[in-house]
Order: sequence, then C-alpha cells, then structure tokens
Amino acid sequence: MTGEHTVRSYDEELSHLNNMIARMGGLAEAQLDGALQALAKRDSDLAGKVIASDSKVDEIEQEVHAFTVRLLALRQPVAHDLRMIVGALKVSGDLERIADYAANVAKRALVLNQVPPVKPTAGVPRLGRLVQEIVKDVLDAYVEQDKEKAVKVWKQDEEVDDMYTGLFRELITYMMEDPRNITACIHLMFIAKNIERIGDHATNIAETIHFLVQGTPIREVRPKGDSILPDPSHIGKDE
Amino acid sequence: MTTASESQSRPGDQGINVAKVTANDVNVYYGDKHALKGVNLAIQANEVTALIGPSGCGKSTFLRCINRMNDLIEGARVTGTITLDRQNIYDRDLDVVQLRARVGMVFQKPNPFPKSIYDNVAYGPRLHGLAHSAADLEEVVITSLERAGLYAEVKDRLDEPGTGLSGGQQQRLCIARAIAVSPEVILMDEPCSALDPIATAKVEELIDELRENFTIVIVTHSMQQAARVSQRTAFFHLGELIEVGNTEQIFTNPQHKLTQGYITGRFG
Repeated sequence: MTGEHTVRSYDEELSHLNNMIARMGGLAEAQLDGALQALAKRDSDLAGKVIASDSKVDEIEQEVHAFTVRLLALRQPVAHDLRMIVGALKVSGDLERIADYAANVAKRALVLNQVPPVKPTAGVPRLGRLVQEIVKDVLDAYVEQDKEKAVKVWKQDEEVDDMYTGLFRELITYMMEDPRNITACIHLMFIAKNIERIGDHATNIAETIHFLVQGTPIREVRPKGDSILPDPSHIGKDE
Repeated sequence: MTTASESQSRPGDQGINVAKVTANDVNVYYGDKHALKGVNLAIQANEVTALIGPSGCGKSTFLRCINRMNDLIEGARVTGTITLDRQNIYDRDLDVVQLRARVGMVFQKPNPFPKSIYDNVAYGPRLHGLAHSAADLEEVVITSLERAGLYAEVKDRLDEPGTGLSGGQQQRLCIARAIAVSPEVILMDEPCSALDPIATAKVEELIDELRENFTIVIVTHSMQQAARVSQRTAFFHLGELIEVGNTEQIFTNPQHKLTQGYITGRFG
C-alpha cells in the first residue's frame, strides 16, 4: 500500500503471495463454473474433469501455507504487511474449501446423471449463478484491496440464505408429491447446501479483506436471511 | 497517603493509571538546532514505554530530558514542562542529584566503573547514604544483583572487577547498579544493542520483571524488541512525536502513515 519496502525482495515476495492467491481464486472460480455447468448440462465428462482438478487447488494451498510460514519466520512482518500475510493464509483456506465444495457438486452431478431429471433443477443453477457472482466480486475486492466492495459482498449472503431456504422447501414438496423423486432431490439438496456453503466462505473472505485493509473487523450487523432451522429460543418450550 | 490517593484514582484498572511522568509541550534546542518539537507524552507507572524512530528523530533526546541529562550538554536548551509525580523536574529549586536517584539510567554500552562488582552496585547507595551499616549495604547489593538476575552468576567473585564480566553480564551489572538506589523510573538507551541474542533475551526478561516495581522507558532501534518488551510504543520522526499507542495496536494497526512506513521498513 504505502510505497515500497527498502528491501526490494520483500516487495517481490509479497506480490508473489498475492499472485498465488489470485491464481488460486481463478482456479476455484473455474472449478465452481465447471461443476455448475456439468450439473446443468448433465455433462459427466466435465464433472469428471472438475473432480480431477481439485488437487491443483490443494497444491497451491500447500504452496501458500509454506510461503506464508517462510515470510513470517524470515521477515517478521508487522502492521499492514502482517495483516496481508495472515489474510492470504486465511483466504487460501477459504478458497480451498470453495474448490472442495465445487468438486462435491461435480460428484453429485455424476450421480444425478444416472437418474431421470426432476423438474426443480432450475432453482439450483439460479442459486449457483448468484454464488458465482459473489465469489467473483469477492476475488475482485481482494485483488483491488477494496473494502467497500467486500462489505457489499458480505451483505449479499442474506440473499443466498433466502434462496437456499426457498429451494429447501421446494425440494421437500417435490419429494412429498412423488417418492420416486427422493433420490434426485436429496442429491440436489446437498448440492444446494454445498453452494450455500461456498457463499459462506466468500463471506469469510470479505471479512478478511476488510480486516487486512482497515485493520478492524466489519462492525455492522449482518442481515440474517430466513432460516430452515427453527428459532432456538422456541426449542424445548412446552406449548 | 500516596497509596491512598493513587488507589482512589485507579480502581484496579491499568488503563487509567495516573501518569508517572508527563511531558508537556517539550522542546529541545541544541544551539540553533530544534531537536525536539512540542512533545506531549504521558508515561504510565509500572509500564514499559518504548521510544522508536529513525536515527536523529529525537527519541534519545527525549529520554535524556526525563532525568535532565541534557543539562550536561553545552548549548542545549529545554522548554516546556516534564513532571514526575506531578512535580516539575525543571523547577529551579529541584535537586538534580536527587532527581537522578529517582530516575536511573542504563546506557547503550555497558559502562561499569573500574571497581569490583560489589563496589559497582554499592556506589550509589553509599553516595546517597541509603545504607546505615555494612550489613545494610551488603543486603542492598545482594538484592540488587538478585533482581538484576546476576547474583547466581557472580556471588563467588564479588570482589573481582566488574569490567571482567561478559558484555551481557556487564549490562545486567549496570542495571543492578541503577536499581540499587531504588529509583522510581529507569531509562534505558538501547540497552541491548551491544549484546548477543541470549544476553538480550535475559535483559528483556529482566525488564519484564522490573516493570512490577519500576516505570521503564526504553529507546530501541530494534522494532522486534519494542514489540516484545513494551506495553506502549511512541514513534518519533524528525523531532516530533508522531504516534503513541498500545504496542499491540502500533504493530498491528498503526494509524499514522509515517509509523506504518517506519515499522514495515518502507522509509524513503
């Protein structure tokens, strides 16, 4: 941020770290895109490719881990540099999970391709597109070190939660209508859950970006979406 | 009396301590050179305050104001006030020798007197008449050496010259000498810059222990050291106090660009 280090190799190392995160982000994005396409187009080949590529993301994550440990040990970073390096470590963990969930979606897409299609699959791609957009925005915010953009992404998670809850109810209805839908619907339910979790990790990344730019956590209260879970305050109360 | 009024003003909370030393608009001139510009700083009791900044930023100058060491430099002029327990130390009728007994100092290079280890530590108490008998004096010497973490290493050779000790031991001897007169504040001017990492670690550990009984102000060029030993850090630049805050905040989230630039190594 504020100018260059007196020691130039330090700057090079920090930009190398950021490049690794950018590369990892691009890969995770592509994995998610591939998984959603494999699902929408019932493309088993593509699903197979996504599953096989997951190890690439894991490899970069290992690289990021080793590199951050090295930077911490050799440079003893402070202030913005320190937040940047710790931030990269956290973001790499979130990206790894995002790619993992994408691979899970691809695996279930393979199974779904073995059974006849069910009606509601349109809702799942819609959720997928929303989360894809969020992941893209949060990665942009990371590269641009833009905390306003990060907060915007962070607030969008509510929309994901609402859409997921709607989908959950829809799928239950289909299963009740015709028990032959249950296999496909259960897989779709897990897929939706995976996508929703990807949104949560994007939210984590947004929080990390805010911290690394500003040095403080996001202080606003996040709007919480509709939940499929009962309100815990009502549990255990006799009616 | 003092304890009563102190306990009233600080109900068990370190954060709202009464300041031990307060600098108010302190300026220092060396001849025409304006070396320290309008510094306001409160130093809390029983805390380690680290002064950091590039060479020539005024941190050592400020440190030397606290026990009027600048009086000894020709052409040096100090304006503003510095209070120790609310008493202005630049008052005309203040006894500077007494002040320096209350505000001790440890220098960059260990500078033991060319005397025995025992006499090095006994020097201050003798000078200020703090011990009433030989037994008294011996007790002061032994306790001081113990508090400085040196006693176990030198107890069998107290009559050997202090200059024969290793660098790290010499520095701890100087710290023992400083605390022998029971000061309230200890000033340290880069106390570890001539020491190896193990001796440095021992001195840092000692600083942490001494904090319980003394107020410590340390000038250091090692940012890591400031981060390790201090509770508060003050950053100086070109004679001005730029930023002061909790050490943790200064090193994780400095508010001023200059501070950020200095501690991350981005100084042009």
